[in-house]
Amino acid sequence: MLLSAPYALFLVAVFVYPLGLGAWIAFHKYSFAAPNAQVDRPFVGFDNFARVLQDPDVIASFKHVGIFLVINVPLTIALALLLATALNSAIKGVTFFRVAYYVPYVTASVATVTVWLFMFSENGVVNSLLGDLAPDPSWLTNSTWAMPMIALYVTWKQLGFFILLYLAALQNVSKELYEAAKTDGANWWQSFRAVTWPGVLPATSLVAMLAIITGANLFTEPYLLTNGGGPNGASTTPVLLIYQQAIQQNHPDRASAIGIFLVIGVLLLAWISRRMTEED
Amino acid sequence: MKRPLGYLVVGLAATLTLTACSGGADEPAGEDGALSATGPITIWYSNNEQEVAWGEQVVAAWNTENPDEKVTAEEIPAGKSSEEVIGAAIAAGNAPCLIYNTAPAAVADFQAQGGLVDLAQFEDGASYIETRSGDSATQFTSSDGGYYQLPWKANPVVVFYNKAVFAEAGLDPENPELATFDDFISTSKAIVDSGAADYGIYPAPSSEFYQSWFDFYPIFAAESQGNQLIEDGEATFMNEAGLATMEFWQTMYTEKLAGQEPYTGDSFTDGVAAMAIAGPWAVASYEGKVDWGTVPVPTSEGTSPEDTYTFDDAKNIGMYTACENQGTAWEFLKYSTSEEQDGLFLEMTGQIPLRADVATAYAEFFDANPAFASWAAQAQHTVAVPNTLNSTEIWQTFRDAWSSAIIFGTGDPTETMQAAADEINSLATD
Repeated sequence: MLLSAPYALFLVAVFVYPLGLGAWIAFHKYSFAAPNAQVDRPFVGFDNFARVLQDPDVIASFKHVGIFLVINVPLTIALALLLATALNSAIKGVTFFRVAYYVPYVTASVATVTVWLFMFSENGVVNSLLGDLAPDPSWLTNSTWAMPMIALYVTWKQLGFFILLYLAALQNVSKELYEAAKTDGANWWQSFRAVTWPGVLPATSLVAMLAIITGANLFTEPYLLTNGGGPNGASTTPVLLIYQQAIQQNHPDRASAIGIFLVIGVLLLAWISRRMTEED
Repeated sequence: MKRPLGYLVVGLAATLTLTACSGGADEPAGEDGALSATGPITIWYSNNEQEVAWGEQVVAAWNTENPDEKVTAEEIPAGKSSEEVIGAAIAAGNAPCLIYNTAPAAVADFQAQGGLVDLAQFEDGASYIETRSGDSATQFTSSDGGYYQLPWKANPVVVFYNKAVFAEAGLDPENPELATFDDFISTSKAIVDSGAADYGIYPAPSSEFYQSWFDFYPIFAAESQGNQLIEDGEATFMNEAGLATMEFWQTMYTEKLAGQEPYTGDSFTDGVAAMAIAGPWAVASYEGKVDWGTVPVPTSEGTSPEDTYTFDDAKNIGMYTACENQGTAWEFLKYSTSEEQDGLFLEMTGQIPLRADVATAYAEFFDANPAFASWAAQAQHTVAVPNTLNSTEIWQTFRDAWSSAIIFGTGDPTETMQAAADEINSLATD
């Protein structure tokens, strides 16, 4: 108990207290004010929650993040597992590939976003290659493509980290199981389904949960890649709206209400994902 | 294994109880003595290179004359916008005494946050402001009649054009035809068709609340002969002038004469666009890169330059309640906006001090710099952003509708903009 006290205190200070304060703010008419200013902050019950639920921008932002998760989470799991399996086998230049996949993860988002902006701009290299097949307006200014592009960017950017998780899990899968499968005449796919997949299921659970949590809190990428949720609000996310409402418009009460919905949504998704991937 | 959900709920409930007990214990400010207190103060100014140079010299001059009331100057901390940084500083209680970069659009909200000092409380406060800025000071009074900002400088927004691009497109670079909407559109077409530039003009098509100050607002101000976005608590832009402005920009976007994709860089100096809408502050950044000329913003029928209204793009000076030595802050404020310092500011930054006597006080400078003389004249025909609560939210509402209806041409523009006007009416009276 004594040994865990510092961490418990840290958790209370950086997580429980801010979350509690956020919830308190969500139930009051609250705005930021100078420390000595006399500001009335009455209890308003569920008014802030009702107001954000009636705001079409808030509803749209949750839909956008839903689209993001539907693309990002399965793609992250599939690609990370596939590439980790490949890297786990004896292939030439394995170190090079490991570094190559990990570099985007450790590179600052601002730098990689700039590269993507150049690649996918109207006159960028991708549209030059596609010619007439390029979408109009271009990728990041196209309301249909903006969110899928962000999902692809985030998948690519974070893949290195998830590959490492899977690589660690693959190291723990017993080689005897593969040999037994081979002896039984299993092909690559059968061996993958019967040995690899069950062996990395705990890692898959972790990957899915981390991808959901980071994905639901998406901010930096739409902020930089689509100029704050553009075009025309097609890539706004709940966290972008929280920033806009709390910091730009001084409505931390409404922002906190959005935050509470987001926390509940993420907990729910993480629970579902865990139920789907955990072992009995 | 049991999940620790129960512990989380108990923890949350306990925290909620604790925070509920600690919240809302605000105390009234006791700052009567602060108005006359003297001593060291801190100020923030913009990080614009020219303004920094001006700020450094004015602070050095003051500190030499007033060693007991030393001023420490810092560039405003980096953030997406100054308004966010200042708002956070007010809430944290660590705002400096003076900020030489206070956007008029944010003043009503800063005032409501209890962050600003009413300068009219100083004995000579109102008279100093009104004598220095003349009639234009009235645009900056607050709803309670106070002055929570000192009108400092204007950057009357005009159309800059690239003479080399115009020449390449076969247009007369000395007398460009840009006075009417039709002229502007046909000139833009000629430029794009000739391949001299990709676009006629390229205002930022992004969704930040302030971007409408550099596409819609100057042209609406000119077309309406000086309407603000909100007057008497009502949105004004659904009038004939507003609709004409919308139609003009809609044509620019549908004909691909203006870019829809955010540009990483400066489209004007890069030669991607032949024109830009900006204020005199931009001259320093164009120096040596573009051979530029300027014309007033267009209107449907064309207006003579001396009668053309535009957006003022003003930045003012606010005194913040966190300041302990407000007596010194007020004296320094007057010192830094004296005729001498305003003259230095004009020379060093090219921006127009909001003085009633600007044309006569600095006649020599304007004789030597005729372009600046026209801007100084135009500074008498400028429109500020409305001094209203919820200003950021109001401009964001407008921008979202503008982005949807005009830039990307989604839905019926009149319906979308009318819905925005209704929402703005409700926000203005919220």
